[in-house]
Amino acid sequence: MSNSHRAGAPQGAGFILNNFVIASVGGQGGLLATRVIADVLVRTGAQVKTSEVHGMAQRGGSVMSFVRRGVGDFSPVIDPGTADALLGLELLETARALPFLRPGAVVIANTECVTPVPVITGQSKMPGDLAATIRKAAGRLVLVPAGEIAVRLGSGRVANVVCLGALAACSGIDQALWLDVVAAAVPPRTVDLNLKAFAEGVALAKP
Amino acid sequence: MAKDPQTALLYGNEAIARGAWEAGVRVATGYPGTPSTEIIEAMAVLADRDDVYVEWSSNEKVALEVAIGASIAGVRAMACMKHVGVNVAADPLMSAAYMGVNGGLVLVTADDPGMHSSQNEQDNRWYGKFAHIPVLEPSDSAEALAFTAEAFELSEQFDTPVLLRSVTRISHARSLVQLGERQAPAPHPYVKDTAKYVIIPANARKLKPKVLERMDRLAGFAETSPLNRIDWPAGLPVGHRATRGFVTGGMSYSLVKEAFPDDPVLKLGMAYPVPANMLRDFASRVDRLYVVEELDPFWQAELRWLGLQPVGKEIFPAAGELSTTVVRMAVARHEGLAITGPAADSGAAEVAPRDAIADQAEPLPARPPVLCPGCPHRAAFYVLRKLRLTVTGDIGCYTLGVMPPLSSMDTTICMGASIGAAIGMRRALPPEQADKVVAVIGDSTFVHSGIAPLIDAAYNRTDVVVVIMDNLTTAMTGHQGNPASGMDARHQPAHQLSLEELVKACGVERLWVVDPNDLKAMETAMRAALVPAQGPAVVISRRLCALIDASLRGRDLVTVDLDACIACGICFRLGCPALAKNADGKPVVQPGLCVGCDQCVQVCPTGALASSRGGDRQ
Repeated sequence: MSNSHRAGAPQGAGFILNNFVIASVGGQGGLLATRVIADVLVRTGAQVKTSEVHGMAQRGGSVMSFVRRGVGDFSPVIDPGTADALLGLELLETARALPFLRPGAVVIANTECVTPVPVITGQSKMPGDLAATIRKAAGRLVLVPAGEIAVRLGSGRVANVVCLGALAACSGIDQALWLDVVAAAVPPRTVDLNLKAFAEGVALAKP
Repeated sequence: MAKDPQTALLYGNEAIARGAWEAGVRVATGYPGTPSTEIIEAMAVLADRDDVYVEWSSNEKVALEVAIGASIAGVRAMACMKHVGVNVAADPLMSAAYMGVNGGLVLVTADDPGMHSSQNEQDNRWYGKFAHIPVLEPSDSAEALAFTAEAFELSEQFDTPVLLRSVTRISHARSLVQLGERQAPAPHPYVKDTAKYVIIPANARKLKPKVLERMDRLAGFAETSPLNRIDWPAGLPVGHRATRGFVTGGMSYSLVKEAFPDDPVLKLGMAYPVPANMLRDFASRVDRLYVVEELDPFWQAELRWLGLQPVGKEIFPAAGELSTTVVRMAVARHEGLAITGPAADSGAAEVAPRDAIADQAEPLPARPPVLCPGCPHRAAFYVLRKLRLTVTGDIGCYTLGVMPPLSSMDTTICMGASIGAAIGMRRALPPEQADKVVAVIGDSTFVHSGIAPLIDAAYNRTDVVVVIMDNLTTAMTGHQGNPASGMDARHQPAHQLSLEELVKACGVERLWVVDPNDLKAMETAMRAALVPAQGPAVVISRRLCALIDASLRGRDLVTVDLDACIACGICFRLGCPALAKNADGKPVVQPGLCVGCDQCVQVCPTGALASSRGGDRQ
């Protein structure tokens, strides 16, 4: 086997996602989502790399992380124009990550919007219709009112898992794998709640 | 979480800890700093209490000195820090390089190209050349594990400290590793050897030639060590010349392999010293020789020293992180090739990722990191801003006090520099300006390197005001313990340093201890401290970090009476992310963010903002 890079290339006949960007605001659970996606991809038997930037993650700043699946040597960082899928846990951050998408990419976007401090203080303005901007760049877009769903289920904290469910439904990867990994990644007493949240996301994304 | 229990998806930092553990490390030290922090955290989890001694040291110099002592005593020891931490530890490092080791000694430096969380992007490979010690540089988590273990072997084989260099994209990237068992090398007996371990001039003069001879032997080792290797493409006969070849290593290796998978690559796993013959031979087999490295032209200079003429920083940026696209585009442009691939298709090919983000049609508002809702630093900075002070700052969460609307920081230099800088400004400015200079420093940073400058102020009777922002933890890097918090690296109770007694012992006679969330008390203390006097004054602004304060577990505890609100905007001067502005310029509590610290309730002049906690707060 050549040790050349094959991340991003279609594997097999089906449509399989290889390069994932996860965009969130610090404290939203973006790093947990990154871990879940990575662990699922590892279980498919692939080489997996993730990259994230810590330090400011809890301070409400933009947090972007990457998960890649491939063969041989490849960078853990996704370059602009090459992501197959974007999991956006907040609408403004989803829009910010659009330059990373390749044409035709899948976008899962939480419709919640967290106002950044420069907008609160009047230094900058929120742009117009973020959802429309995102729709233009996406091959397939699933808008997820994850906050509302999570609150209805009993905890706003599972919004990220609702979004993961929607991503899983578009991933071409066995749902059972996702369920196993989600159950193992969350605190034991919250497993049932998280699996319900996951199922809501799956239902939303089903064509 | 992998299928095979012997493989795991580990961060580079976890893999470094694992590698040291498998190599039988007995003493592991460090000071928290992004992107290095998780090495010691992982070691504290991995290692049995009796098996490995793990500590958060009071600073990086102490961390390395503890590791040196353990090495002299005969066991394997490791000190871990971020790149600028090595500057703090440089003094013992330079001595240890002469002394050599008894048990293996490894210094881990985690560099931060791109300055994701740092004040500079210094390239710490230079410390290898500077101190005359070898440098190993892994390219992924599997190598992070293997190279750390190898570093201990090299250290003992060549009687030298070894520098292991990581970067953010190694430390905070995960990839699959094979796990091994812990080895238990027998400790080397401690034998008193003053000619080796007391580096007075007479001894150091004898040690220096040995150091130089050691580097010659290491350069010879580099020629044959599997740490360095050539990936020669399978389709290209070995005797044939390739049109191009790359010398690279570390993070850049994976970029080159992804951008040019079919070209020959000489991978330097040992970043210093470099293998001269291997490099000359490789250069003779390729038409165009490229050196791909992030930051400084370190290897390029080494190759030039060998008389080779590689292409390097003429086409690859010397600032920031490289990327697959940047490497591919730079080579394509240099060779006049057509640009193809996904990056070109997307139109993003001409720019690095961050520029691409900035380049969008409709500019998006930035989301800089901010002080958290309920953060006690916010209250303290609000008061400093109100008093219109000149503030020398320091390194920690509170550095975010520089951001609008608090905008209450004038300088930030390096760990511990706030107090010295304030002394200098006080001594240099005209009196009416000098009286406004205040230093702010966090609890962990004060213990790290703020004590000596405070003693300096007391000793020289400099009338400087120091605010110690004590949130009882090392918050920025993820709530590690420190001497003032009374918690150790294993989250166990430890001796708790009394900042009050320490400050008094430094010679400070005027001391206030206040809860900054009581804004009136904070202002009163600051006004008192600012009264001109002989010698320094200290205000300890003490309140537990809001992220770990169990009393701030509520949500949406502040209510707004929009009829009572006069839209004066004073509450927005706090810069709290939980308070958004509606179309009338009045505050709206953002769902899920307010923790009920009641700072805004205190600044509201009309009582429009009210706490639903009732009267039990003050």
